Amino acid sequence: MIQIIGLEKSFDGQKVLQGVNMTIADREVVAIIGESGGGKTVLLRHMIGLMKPDKGSIMVDGADMLKMSKGELDKVRDRFGIVFQGSALFDSMTIFENVVFPLREKTDYAESDILDKGRRALEDVGLKGVDEKYPSEISGGMKRRVALARALILEPTTIFFDEPTTGLDPIILNSIHRLIINTHKKYGFTGIIISHEIPEIFAVADKVAMLYGGRIVASGTPDEIKSENDPVVKQFVGASCD
Amino acid sequence: MEKFIRILGSRALGTLRTMGKMVIFLAESLYLIVVPPFKFRYLFRQIRFFGTKSLMVILLTGAFTGMVLAIQLFYTLRKFGSDALLGPAVALALIRELGPVLSALMITGRAGSSLTAEIGIMRISEQIDALTTMALNPLRYLSVPNILAAVIAFPLLAAVYDVIGIYGGYLVGVKLLGMSSGTYFSQMEHFVEMSDIRMGIYKSVSFGVIVSWVSCFKGFYTNESGYGAEGVSKSTTEAVVMASVLILIWDYFIGSVLV
Repeated sequence: MIQIIGLEKSFDGQKVLQGVNMTIADREVVAIIGESGGGKTVLLRHMIGLMKPDKGSIMVDGADMLKMSKGELDKVRDRFGIVFQGSALFDSMTIFENVVFPLREKTDYAESDILDKGRRALEDVGLKGVDEKYPSEISGGMKRRVALARALILEPTTIFFDEPTTGLDPIILNSIHRLIINTHKKYGFTGIIISHEIPEIFAVADKVAMLYGGRIVASGTPDEIKSENDPVVKQFVGASCD
Repeated sequence: MEKFIRILGSRALGTLRTMGKMVIFLAESLYLIVVPPFKFRYLFRQIRFFGTKSLMVILLTGAFTGMVLAIQLFYTLRKFGSDALLGPAVALALIRELGPVLSALMITGRAGSSLTAEIGIMRISEQIDALTTMALNPLRYLSVPNILAAVIAFPLLAAVYDVIGIYGGYLVGVKLLGMSSGTYFSQMEHFVEMSDIRMGIYKSVSFGVIVSWVSCFKGFYTNESGYGAEGVSKSTTEAVVMASVLILIWDYFIGSVLV
């Protein structure tokens, strides 16, 4: 379980997060929605330990991430998988090398097992015949799939998705969302998705939290969010659905 | 006045902070060099990057440096009636000074700049964040192989620079200016000592550390130079300028100590 308590962050005096509180239960898929530049990615970067808040804490299974040593933080990160906004594939490596990179660097598997697992991970995300290509040779949608395959390869308990469908056409967008649903069913990870895609994300998430003005202003199931009376949520969800 | 002092103080603090970060970056990289796991695959790739790929520019600049040296020294030495010392003069200038320094400056331009740009692009495209969030130390993959590869490649390239420079000097001195080849080489054997060669090696090794350290550091913190492509371009320029200046400053100090 991940608990965020009173998280605050400012950049050059501008408050981006102003006391974010939220709880993410195990195996739950939570979508964090909100306006562009509203601090969603900043919140995610705090959750994966890439940023330190000015105030507040992030508890992972009861332990405060901010009080952890580097070694302890690395142990927590071993249970995380991250799909970055721009995929963050290593551009000097082939697709297959990218996918099996965590296995090669973090496990003692035999090369034959690494090859098997790599092929299976690519099949899981519906990719074939791209093993020897480089990231610059494949499309944006395929890059997101490869990033998901790389995130899944160590079978993490939690996967963070930073706007996994931004810039993709509606068909690819839906296929990525279906992929998240299917892999979640198969691997049972906790999913945290930063997204703009409303209403599409409602079909993927068990729970939706809206970040506005540096705070979580609404949180609940997709149906609860759709029927929320808060004018900001209503306007955001309504405008996005229109 | 108060505003001026405040700006000055803020700049001084910023510079001190950057220097501190640079020292920590180098110390952590040097520590990781001796702590396993070792990434030999990346080391061999970077030796090729620094070494093999710089060979052409080293051959070309080395040959012309030797040729220019021979022309200039020949006319100077002739005024003192010592033109027979052309061989040792070219060899000593190259082995002790010009070989290590000019080869290091050439590698800075060719490899140092592209190293900063490569790591800088990795930073802005979140590839370094990806390594961090995989609980892998990015310095082990980015800085350690480059520092080691530079320490191996720089002295070898400086040696190539020296040899080709001496041959360039031979072409001008013997083939063009009519010196005897026996005089050119025999005097060289007599004047060049092992301590001169050792000095060249010490210089090259330290220049290798400087160039790889500065290039990796500037790439790693490219987002502090600016945003996006502009940040990468700025950090690349800064890396080349800083590495080149440090090479010349360090050359003076090491030269004073080892003279």
